[in-house]
Amino acid sequence: MDIRKLTMPAMALVLFYCVYQSEKLTRVENPPGPIHITYWEKWTEFEGDAIRAVVDEYNRKQNKVHVDLLTVSDIEKKTLLAVSGGNPPDVAGLYGPNVAQYADDHAVMELDAYCKQYNITRDNYIPIYFDIGYYNGHVYSLPTTPASTALHYNKQLFREAGLDPEKPPVTIEEMDQLAEKVVTRKNGHIDKSGFMPAEPGWWNWGWGFVFGGRLWDPATGKITANCPENIRAYNWVRSYTDRYGASELSTFRSGFGNFSSPQNAFLSGKVAMEMQGVWMYNFIDQYAPGMEKPVLNWAAVPFPHPADRPDLAETTFADEDILVIPRGSRHPKEAFEFIAYVQSQEGMELLCMGQRKHSPLAKVSPDFIKKHPNPYITVFSELPKNKNVISPPKIGIWPEYQAEMNAAFEQVALGKKTAKEALDYVQNRVSLMNEDYQAQLKARKEAGQ
Amino acid sequence: MSNSKRETRTALLFVSPWIIGFLVFLAYPLSASIYYSFCNYSVLKAPVWVGMANYRNLVQDDVFRTTLVNTLIYALMSLPVGMAVAIGLAMMLNAKIKGQTIYRTIFYVPSLVPGVPLAVLWLWVFNGKQGIINAVLQPLLDHVASALSIVGFHGHLNAPQWLSDAAWAKPALVIMSAWGAGNAMLIYLAGLQDVPQPLYEAADLDGAGWWSKTWNVTLPMLSPVILFNGIMGIIGALQVFTIPYIMFPGGSPARSTYFYAMYLYDNAFVYLKMGYACAMGWIMFAITVILTVAAHKLSDRYVHYGGS
Repeated sequence: MDIRKLTMPAMALVLFYCVYQSEKLTRVENPPGPIHITYWEKWTEFEGDAIRAVVDEYNRKQNKVHVDLLTVSDIEKKTLLAVSGGNPPDVAGLYGPNVAQYADDHAVMELDAYCKQYNITRDNYIPIYFDIGYYNGHVYSLPTTPASTALHYNKQLFREAGLDPEKPPVTIEEMDQLAEKVVTRKNGHIDKSGFMPAEPGWWNWGWGFVFGGRLWDPATGKITANCPENIRAYNWVRSYTDRYGASELSTFRSGFGNFSSPQNAFLSGKVAMEMQGVWMYNFIDQYAPGMEKPVLNWAAVPFPHPADRPDLAETTFADEDILVIPRGSRHPKEAFEFIAYVQSQEGMELLCMGQRKHSPLAKVSPDFIKKHPNPYITVFSELPKNKNVISPPKIGIWPEYQAEMNAAFEQVALGKKTAKEALDYVQNRVSLMNEDYQAQLKARKEAGQ
Repeated sequence: MSNSKRETRTALLFVSPWIIGFLVFLAYPLSASIYYSFCNYSVLKAPVWVGMANYRNLVQDDVFRTTLVNTLIYALMSLPVGMAVAIGLAMMLNAKIKGQTIYRTIFYVPSLVPGVPLAVLWLWVFNGKQGIINAVLQPLLDHVASALSIVGFHGHLNAPQWLSDAAWAKPALVIMSAWGAGNAMLIYLAGLQDVPQPLYEAADLDGAGWWSKTWNVTLPMLSPVILFNGIMGIIGALQVFTIPYIMFPGGSPARSTYFYAMYLYDNAFVYLKMGYACAMGWIMFAITVILTVAAHKLSDRYVHYGGS
């Protein structure tokens, strides 16, 4: 027999053997000891360290479940693709506004039964932080770190403008007036500004809320982008453009650096007042220590309300990062056991202290507040308890809706459209989109998916 | 088994990784995407057939139209600029001077920088206040303004706000795109070295100058390469994604930099409308084919192949 005839089969055999060996090396078959669950989380740096501490503590405390923490960027997209590929992590740390979209697509599991088993109810939380994960009558997620927003202002800039740094504005109108007084110019161009609706740009879609507007009506499911309050809000945005000029504002803004840098508009003392969240202290601490020491040169107070709407006092945006169990998780029971630990006062305070946020839980240990480095932590923990707390709409098309609102904001801020034109456009476009989306959901339901 | 059959079999066996890769990672997804483009498909759920609905909706979608127009305008601007820069560089680097290879390397290196760091770098270059471009431009404009004051112009000439002015964002991207001309430049350089020397000698005898030689010898002889680079340029420009995606989140300002591929990506992975995104992909394919065929048709008149 010609030995060369065997070349191909022999090569194939060698190949198979190599594959077999490599698989044997990497595959852990029923490892003895605890069940391993995979947990994907987006945080890095000190925020990553905080969750690592929680995971380590959990792994140390018991020996049934071992959590393998993996840092994953673009987590909401990757989790989605992992779910559709049938190999998701057991726990994923997504963002609050993902809930509706992911629940509609059955990408995440309902947690009602587990919550009942572990006695986790709405009463355990500051209500809004539970509600963000509650959609269509089911719990889909539980919070990790929460956020709420407040007016941050730079006392030094107040002083330089001859304003009383202990008297922050209470109404929007006052804020506009104070803002005007802070403005300084260099060579005819704005050098420092009091307030800019486009800074930091994260709530461009949401200014309507501050004026009492809503983006949708939960009862009827109707889109309300062009309700009078939203138009009023965007007119207010436009008033800044009209006062300073669109190109002058964009020239001024173009000098700002990245948010997470010392060139940040607020941290570098370019803008005196900004709506910011509980996280802002971390950036002040890291990039603008001069605002903290030797004297505290910044403060956080409830965001102003329109003078004719005192009922809107203390309006705050609440948002949170969340934990979900993706559909297809191999160990949902163990996954929830870990989630339940994060929801305990101990786990939650360890995490939120590490990330220097407040706790989403109703019960907080006195030590937590006392030891908290953020000098205004109680502002952030109390604001979300009041009736004017708002969170992004829970509708599946929210990402598109948000993009449309942001585009409308830009057109208004650049002076290309009036508030009414821009919002009427959004209303039409998103209403159609929503009808389409709801029809698709219904069709799928009828098809039994 | 005959020898040739065995050879065929062996050959197939050796190319099989490529064939399998092609079938699994290209042919299947490609054909599946045709099917999905007629479906309502969110990746997570089984696709539901909806006929032409996605294509019908696209026709009525304002944002789709905006992104398409933005992309075509960008292509129209960046293609000639990219070509002029690449041909110009190639012709200069073709000159017989000392340190030729060093210059070639220097001008090629920028095209090796990946998109993301490039975008971050240019964010600073274009920064309206501290950016290096405006730092050079503004004093220049000030001089021009003071010179113009003699003829009665009194006012400021401001350097453009590249990143925040809807009118300047696209030109900024075009300027950036010239930065990556290295690849095309290399191909032109190869083309230039293929131009037969006797043609230049003949032109010299006829008393042709530099311009006349460039226009009548170099460019015609280079025309097949120009056609190739032109088509590659069209395809590249229509697919522009990474750099605007990083530099202009959401296509800001006011969607002036919201390009086709960005909207496609948002539909597929943010809005979970994979069927819609697939339909967009196939429309883009059709547009690319049409433009490529048009370029070929046009070329019949202007392109000279050396052999023919």
